[in-house]
Amino acid sequence: MNTFADRFSTTTAASQLRHAQKLAEEEEFDATMWGSSAGFGSLTKGVPTFTVPAVPDPTAFLRLHTDDHADPSCRIKIKHGTTTLAFRFQGGVIVAVDSRATAGSYIASGTVKKVIEINPYLLGTMAGGAADCQFWETYLGMHCRLHELRNRERISVSAASKYLSNLVYSYKGMGLSMGTMICGWDKTGPAVFYVDSDGTRLKGDLFAVGSGSTFAYGVLDQGYRWDLTDEEAQELGRRSIYAAGHRDAFSGNTCNLYHVKEAGWTFLGNYDISQMHYEGPGDVPGAPGGGYGYDIRVEGRNSSDPPEEAAAA
Amino acid sequence: MPDMVSLAQPQQRQFNPYADNGGTILAIAGADFTVIAGDTRQSEGYSIQTRYAPKVFRLTDRAVLAVNGFAADGNMFVKKVRQRLEWYRHAHAKDMPLRAIARLIQTMLYARRFFPFYVYNILGGIEEDGSGAVYSFDPVGSYEREACRAAGAAQSLVQPFLDNQIYFKNQVPAPGMAHPVHLPLSTVLSLVIDSFTSATERHIEVGDGLEMYVVLAKGSTAIQSLSTVRGIQEMTVTEDGERVFVIRRELKKD
Repeated sequence: MNTFADRFSTTTAASQLRHAQKLAEEEEFDATMWGSSAGFGSLTKGVPTFTVPAVPDPTAFLRLHTDDHADPSCRIKIKHGTTTLAFRFQGGVIVAVDSRATAGSYIASGTVKKVIEINPYLLGTMAGGAADCQFWETYLGMHCRLHELRNRERISVSAASKYLSNLVYSYKGMGLSMGTMICGWDKTGPAVFYVDSDGTRLKGDLFAVGSGSTFAYGVLDQGYRWDLTDEEAQELGRRSIYAAGHRDAFSGNTCNLYHVKEAGWTFLGNYDISQMHYEGPGDVPGAPGGGYGYDIRVEGRNSSDPPEEAAAA
Repeated sequence: MPDMVSLAQPQQRQFNPYADNGGTILAIAGADFTVIAGDTRQSEGYSIQTRYAPKVFRLTDRAVLAVNGFAADGNMFVKKVRQRLEWYRHAHAKDMPLRAIARLIQTMLYARRFFPFYVYNILGGIEEDGSGAVYSFDPVGSYEREACRAAGAAQSLVQPFLDNQIYFKNQVPAPGMAHPVHLPLSTVLSLVIDSFTSATERHIEVGDGLEMYVVLAKGSTAIQSLSTVRGIQEMTVTEDGERVFVIRRELKKD
């Protein structure tokens, strides 16, 4: 019955995919198309098309062969493990992420760009499947530009995030994996939306996503206020990613920090997490000076290494 | 009469269109050159299918693609990329720039998001600004520009060596000295050969032969260090200025 209903329904992911494929098969390319995009203008069809294996249950096929982070033995490893955070405050939005990608217990890369620069006013973060986030957020960027051209006005963060959430919802159950924060500044001021591949879309002031999110939340919740200065906010973002990189094995390497203001986003820098542990982030506004590491901060004030007065007593 | 015994047992069948054909690929970018290399052994399980199956392919005079994973998928993928590059040439009367090829590869891989190519790609070449570049991909198309990358069976043996020798990870420069930003071509070629001889020693799926493609930017001075290289072969097709060479070496065959 389910398969029967599925075949004739127009709202399920499978039927939309079928519809997209039918469009692709039927549409003949105009001769003029060859000049601009060599017959491959994907936007002309409106929907990107996907090859699906000819098996009764394509989703089960995909689950069998790709790493759903539960089964490390399968062949196609999709990169996982992350800490990303974004929060809204008086001075805009702070976006901070780590840069580690893991495939099982192997560190596949320590230089991943987990902040996707959608356009000069919008940032997206990457958690879950790297390709899913990279592809769909770039795709979102194309549609944000089309919105600008059609409406002579920039898209709101709310609309952009809803576009993405509706898009991934149409693929629900097919194995997409993404947990992302769409951050920007629009008519309403600074905005952060959490969007994931289950179809959840939440508006909020403060989010952390990924395996290290619990550690980041710990630092973030403790230090968060609406009236944080720019420098304090940037330091809080950096310090939270450091905490996650320190305690979560699947997060680490470096921290990328962005600040979204009314005029658009700015990239503030890349900070090595080990260096933050021993020496701190360097000469940047808001940094306390000295390393973040517990053993560094308490040096000479430890039970095994007590202050001189205590040792003498 | 049907065999009743086999019917009594529950049977499960799966569609398994993938195999792992071993091997390793590697690419290193210099200031005005890029080296893209791969071994030529193809194996399935413990048996060697062939000692010469290329994994590195010239796409244009400034782009070389290395593919590793499932050989059938890899060969088909290279074929399709080349077809798209040819169409681009017909439409625009020039070769596609490297960063555009990188994005093309992303969209081609992601189009198979629900039936992936089991292929790890490394694209190397010369960017439009004349700098050496390496792009590495996962099987479903996430990509990043890097200075060096190893992929395949021995990636976990080779990548740490490269981190140490290319990025100078865990090395402290002598007082008053600094680590060089880019290495000269002769050093890079030695590192690549050492990577593969070492991987051959310690990994059963690596060996037989080594193919190193060298892509030089317009007017690159690195050409001088290539004149002394034994058995080097030029693969350049156009007169655009970029030049492609291939260097072949033997690896142990046991």
